[in-house]
Amino acid sequence: MKSLADLKAIRDRMQQQMNLRDTEGDHIRVVVGMATCGIAAGARPVLTAFLEEIEKRELKNVAVTQTGCIGVCRLEPIVEVYVPGQEKVTYVKMTPDKVPTVVSEHLVNGRVVSDYTIGAAE
Amino acid sequence: MIRSHILVCTGTGCSSSDSPKIIAEFEEQLSLQGMENEAKVIKTGCFGLCALGPIVTVYPEGACYVHVTPDDVEEIVSEHIVKGRIVKRLLHRGEVDAAPAASLSDTNFYKHQRRIALRNCGVINPENIEEYIAVDGYSALGRILTEQVPPQKVINDIKASGLRGRGGAGFSTGMKWQFTHDAVSEDGIKYVCCNADEGDPGAFMDRSVLEGDPFSVIEAMTIAGYAVGSHQGYIYVRAEYPIAVQRLNHAIAQAKEYGLLGENIFESGFSFDLELRLGAGAFVCGEETALLTSIEGHRGEPRTRPPFPPNKGLGQRPTLLNNVETYANITWILNNGPEAFASVGTEKSKGTKVFALGGKITNTGLVEIPMGTTLRTVVEDIGGGVPGGKKFKAAQTGGPSGGCIPASLIDTPIDYESLGAIGSMMGSGGLIVMDEDNCMVDIAKFFLEFVVDESCGKCSPCRIGTKRLLELLTKITEGNGEPEDLDTIEELCNHIKASALCGLGQTAPNPVLSTLRHFREEYEAHVYEKRCPAGVCKALIQYIVDPSKCKGCTRCARGCPTGAISGAVRAPHIINQSKCIKCGACMDHCRFDAIYKQ
Ligand SMILES: Cc1cc2nc3c(=O)[nH]c(=O)nc-3n(C[C@H](O)[C@H](O)[C@H](O)COP(=O)(O)O)c2cc1C
Ligand code: SF4
Repeated sequence: MKSLADLKAIRDRMQQQMNLRDTEGDHIRVVVGMATCGIAAGARPVLTAFLEEIEKRELKNVAVTQTGCIGVCRLEPIVEVYVPGQEKVTYVKMTPDKVPTVVSEHLVNGRVVSDYTIGAAE
Repeated sequence: MIRSHILVCTGTGCSSSDSPKIIAEFEEQLSLQGMENEAKVIKTGCFGLCALGPIVTVYPEGACYVHVTPDDVEEIVSEHIVKGRIVKRLLHRGEVDAAPAASLSDTNFYKHQRRIALRNCGVINPENIEEYIAVDGYSALGRILTEQVPPQKVINDIKASGLRGRGGAGFSTGMKWQFTHDAVSEDGIKYVCCNADEGDPGAFMDRSVLEGDPFSVIEAMTIAGYAVGSHQGYIYVRAEYPIAVQRLNHAIAQAKEYGLLGENIFESGFSFDLELRLGAGAFVCGEETALLTSIEGHRGEPRTRPPFPPNKGLGQRPTLLNNVETYANITWILNNGPEAFASVGTEKSKGTKVFALGGKITNTGLVEIPMGTTLRTVVEDIGGGVPGGKKFKAAQTGGPSGGCIPASLIDTPIDYESLGAIGSMMGSGGLIVMDEDNCMVDIAKFFLEFVVDESCGKCSPCRIGTKRLLELLTKITEGNGEPEDLDTIEELCNHIKASALCGLGQTAPNPVLSTLRHFREEYEAHVYEKRCPAGVCKALIQYIVDPSKCKGCTRCARGCPTGAISGAVRAPHIINQSKCIKCGACMDHCRFDAIYKQ
């Protein structure tokens, strides 16, 4: 290490990983429904797709977690996205194919993908 | 992508209750359940809630699991990591009904705390310098060296922060840096040393910092080296702290590997090297002149001051010596500004203080509080009060050099001045809570025994005086005290204080004087009535069977190790006082509350 830039490079890279431990931070949360119904409907590959896509884009402030049954089992796999300061958005009948669009549109550009939301399905 | 971090405490407390096994089990379960690419196990230092250890915190939820055993690991992985369901039965009780993401900072234990010195303990992996860098580690050193901030400016910041030494005496850290900076060394050599001897019984603040955040001390010492003009540092750490020693060695090696220690740091031309020196666990080696003598390779005996170490220390060179916790505050001050630090605490005691809470208290562990917090907040809110419905009697701060704070003064703010005013002292951070079952004469005797053992013997007031003092106290606790003994004790205490060579002897009478001041009636009960009100001093108590309650079940007689209890079945029993060794086993055995002490 020779310069502040070197130090910053390490800091930025590590912060991406360590943001995970900041429960009070203002990061986006992606919550995948992983109860029996969700898993049966294919939630696992959806979760994996989110992880891969987020890593690929080096997004720093996104935490991916799971939750139990969200309650509308017929629409599983369900994914909820919480952006700080905004209403939660619920995506339904998710598939790994839909994930890159949600990541690039919603998580990166802040545009809700209305076609996939619960509103569109109802 | 790693989406979950599993933080396992590997401080000394949790390590001795199986955290290494828990870590191994997590690694095995993660791979068995195919989660090794999604969750990562991270070793951390102490979280502070030692009474509930081993502690495991799972992020991003921040779920804090307590009393975890290796058998619980499979469930945590299969439920929490795989399915996202928090294992409620293992949560910290304060959290059970809260939302899963409720953080530990909402619990009473943490709510009143302010973590500055311990900011990274339990948060980062102490064996990974990159995690330290991620939490702004080395940005203070980097900025100072690359911008060539004048050393005087660094010293001014430390002065402005109001930081005072956390090793006990509370001397202004900025002034100490200034003296060492100003001192002239004939051959240009100066030293920066760190006191990690921590010999107070019951204290483990410094150990926890070294185990949980060694880089913050190393970075601070490097900055101190730059500020005072030194290129060589030593950390004097007791050999009884094997985990701290191993983490420090690891951290020093890693800092060197990253070019953050050694030659030409940040290409600035400034070089600084650091080595460990292991102490053999003598309390007196925590005294600054004894410590430096010990580093020089001699027997650790104090010498007279002046000259003070900033002028003539290690090898007669100007030497800066600070305590571990003092150093742990430095980069926080430089990164957040001296004003931010000075805004915490009281007028003359700035910042926070770490305490090792022990004794009769529910949440034994490590706490960091803003200066000026009352003892009541520490005992009742943070500490969760005295267990078993017993009454709080007193707290001892400052270990064998300090004194007690009686229950009547529980609203005393904890800062250097207020504690000094009531005859106690801040000390290095041991805080032992006592309840109605503790005898204050016995407590004073306990600390004195420690001092008599640890006195180096160089000067007679301490070597002989403390021994005589102990004999007097022993006489009182054995029921042979005479009225004039109390005056003799007081007089002897004052002589020792005034004439001992080093701080050990000078402060050794404090526990006696302060218990005498606040609990004189307890001493008098021992002397005049031959009675120990707390029922501790064996020579002064008797175990007695209450015939109206005794059912004659014979349990006590069967449990007595000396066969001192006799009595027919279903007839009241009797304890033969000449055979009784006052072990109390009978009282534990009796199911009818028929045995009492008096
Ligand atoms: C008997 C005795 C034991 C001491 N033990 C320690 C100790 O274990 N750790 C410590 O930091 N200071 C200890 N001190 C205080 C040191 O002499 C010294 O004041 C301190 O290390 C200075 O650092 P500070 O200004 O950062 O507090 C002890 C003093 C005495 C008299
Ligand atoms: S006061 Fe005690 S420990 Fe200190 S020099 Fe004298 S004998 Fe040694």
